[in-house]
Amino acid sequence: MNEQILAMLKELRPEFDFSDSDDFVIDGLLDSFDIISLVSMLEEKYNIKVDGLDIIPENFSSIDTMIALVQKSGGII
Amino acid sequence: METVFKGKKISSMLGILPETIGLFDDEVDNYSFPSKQTMRLKKIMGYSQHRLAKETSTVSDFAVYGLNYMLENGWIQKDEIGAVITLTLCPDYFVPHISNIVQAKCGLGTDVICMDIAQGCCGFLVGLMQSFMLLEHLDDKKVVLINGDILSHKISKRDRNDFPLVGDATTITLVENSTLNDSIYYEMHTDGSRGEALKIPAGGFRMPCTPETAAMKDQGDGNFRSLDHMHMDGSSVFNFVQTEVPPMLEHAFQKNRKTVDEMDYFLFHQPNKFMLQKLAEKAGLPAEKLPMNLVENFGNPSGASIPLTAIYNLGDELTKKVYRCCLSAFGSGLAWGVMFMEIGMLEHCELIETEL
Repeated sequence: MNEQILAMLKELRPEFDFSDSDDFVIDGLLDSFDIISLVSMLEEKYNIKVDGLDIIPENFSSIDTMIALVQKSGGII
Repeated sequence: METVFKGKKISSMLGILPETIGLFDDEVDNYSFPSKQTMRLKKIMGYSQHRLAKETSTVSDFAVYGLNYMLENGWIQKDEIGAVITLTLCPDYFVPHISNIVQAKCGLGTDVICMDIAQGCCGFLVGLMQSFMLLEHLDDKKVVLINGDILSHKISKRDRNDFPLVGDATTITLVENSTLNDSIYYEMHTDGSRGEALKIPAGGFRMPCTPETAAMKDQGDGNFRSLDHMHMDGSSVFNFVQTEVPPMLEHAFQKNRKTVDEMDYFLFHQPNKFMLQKLAEKAGLPAEKLPMNLVENFGNPSGASIPLTAIYNLGDELTKKVYRCCLSAFGSGLAWGVMFMEIGMLEHCELIETEL
């Protein structure tokens, strides 16, 4: 589990245990506004621009999908 | 629809704002989310302040105030008006229509064509289209184009996903025939199958307002609203804009053999700063030519967004120069469109406030 992304998630929604979820969005741990906040945090942290078409719930369902998104956007993680 | 209009121009623009300002910082505690989490959105989305009409005010009040201001200050004479067109999602009544109320209260002639069109985000483009078509039959008369909404009355103040973005405003644009034969390219698309993404469920004939529809409920995401309230499915609308608008713009530029660099301004509908930034990135548009500051200053004023963006950002400059503009709107319907039009050398361009 990527500690940096986990730290972002904990900062965003400290009330949830993200290690206990198979899908953060379906399980209600992240809503659409959390996803927007995460995009902003990932862009700043990894100096990337996330393509608008990639800002979909599927890419924020787990830490692995977020790692893949960062890599697809040209970031090194 | 793709078409070209010729020999039409905008001659004056007036923005009318309610003087009441709602501050995002003051509203944070209305929402059932941790304030730190909500405040994070302030910078990303551009939430800061929005204009709110009084509970007793309607769109016709703003329109009458604005048109009387124009008449009293000599922007237009009553006998020059051939038509009044109002585009809104917030009618005073089902009947009579706002344009008819404006015609009566401003003392316009009975030969003036009055029509209301139910439109939200694309209201300015649709209004210009209708104005241009009417002007083919109005000789030297002018069209009074009213774009106004008071959607703050239809959004729950406990709905963090919807309330911070909305702002109340009305604009009046005078449109007339021009001796110049400039081409105005216009393209509009509609996909009603995705219309549920922006909806006010109750209040029409399908679901009249009742005490049951007015009951506030937790929507499961921490936002409280009723069936009488407007709701936007933010994810669906965001994805729609990112998917549909860039290829439409690319097509329009190719078809007209124009380049992005040739445009002086991109005057777009103003949903929020984040969506506009992502749209600019995706479509390869220069951010410095695409104002994104309406939500942070006034809120998203629905169909009045494009003219208000022009008035607020260009203001007096529009009375001195002519700008090559790409207008684009996208949202409720769902609908999306683009227009290439030169705007400038206006006779008047002003932003005023009222206690309404």
